[in-house]
Amino acid sequence: MHDSTVAAGQGAHAHNPALLHHFATEEQQRNSASLGMWIFLATEVMFFGGLFCAYLIYRRWYFGDFAAASKSIDAALGGANTAVLICSSLTVVLAIWAAQTSRRGLLLVMLVLTMLFGTTFLGIKGKEYKDKFDEHHVPGASFSFEHVPIPGHPDQYANPKHAQIFFALYFVMTGLHALHMIIGLGLFAWLLWMSWKGRFTPEYHTPLEIGGLYWHFVDIVWIYLFPLLYLIDRHP
Amino acid sequence: MSDHSKSSPLPKYFAVWGALLAGTYITYEVSKIDLGVFNAAVALIIATTKALLVALFFMHLKGAGEKLLKLVVISTVFFLFILLVLSMADYGTRAWH
Repeated sequence: MHDSTVAAGQGAHAHNPALLHHFATEEQQRNSASLGMWIFLATEVMFFGGLFCAYLIYRRWYFGDFAAASKSIDAALGGANTAVLICSSLTVVLAIWAAQTSRRGLLLVMLVLTMLFGTTFLGIKGKEYKDKFDEHHVPGASFSFEHVPIPGHPDQYANPKHAQIFFALYFVMTGLHALHMIIGLGLFAWLLWMSWKGRFTPEYHTPLEIGGLYWHFVDIVWIYLFPLLYLIDRHP
Repeated sequence: MSDHSKSSPLPKYFAVWGALLAGTYITYEVSKIDLGVFNAAVALIIATTKALLVALFFMHLKGAGEKLLKLVVISTVFFLFILLVLSMADYGTRAWH
């Protein structure tokens, strides 16, 4: 891949320098890379799956406490972040399309937009975390969740110990997701650099497709985190 | 992976994007209404629809011909199903808790 700059004007059947010697065809190379990424994503699904499982068990046991704790998170910020991530997923597919159709300018713009959306997401997340710190909703010594009524049961207060479990899951799940976003931003910075140098062509842009798969996966994790953490029991 | 048809995939991409934004708006608004036991079900159905849209069209699972890739994806869903459903079959039915 180090000398993969494809000279313009090569015939359709010329050997593509991006084709590594242990692959028979470019398609086989592409499919292998994609399959490897999907296997990695399978491990990621099980990784997040364990957390979702813990969440489901505790939510079932302490539903009222979880609903009260969930109501203290700003659902509008979570919804905005969902929209931001969805837009970033669109710019990713547009970036790949730009590479497939040799539109270098559009490719660069779409990669920069993707990174801007990703950074916006982390900024909104930071605002949310700051609110939680200000409200002493971060699990630990200074945690406080006293006299918060359980939705639907105004005469009952949520058990702070059970609410703390919700916030522990909230911070671990959204924190791990945010870590994935930060890694994704690093990947896309590298993709932007490679695109800037003109490394990607309609024949060879596998790193863009692999990076895109990762980005979309992180989007899917958020698609589940949003309703499960923010929208448990919002109705009045 | 990518479809090699002549037609541009752009209308499809923008349609999926619009559907995803609509789904987000709907799930946000619906959460304000009390549907009783269906609250979680509706939220999860909308989330799963959105996840499928992303996986099928943005991650190009639709039209992917490779059997090995299908095997990996189906195994993933299957083992996630075992993890969640069997765990909940236990913890969800502990009457003594």
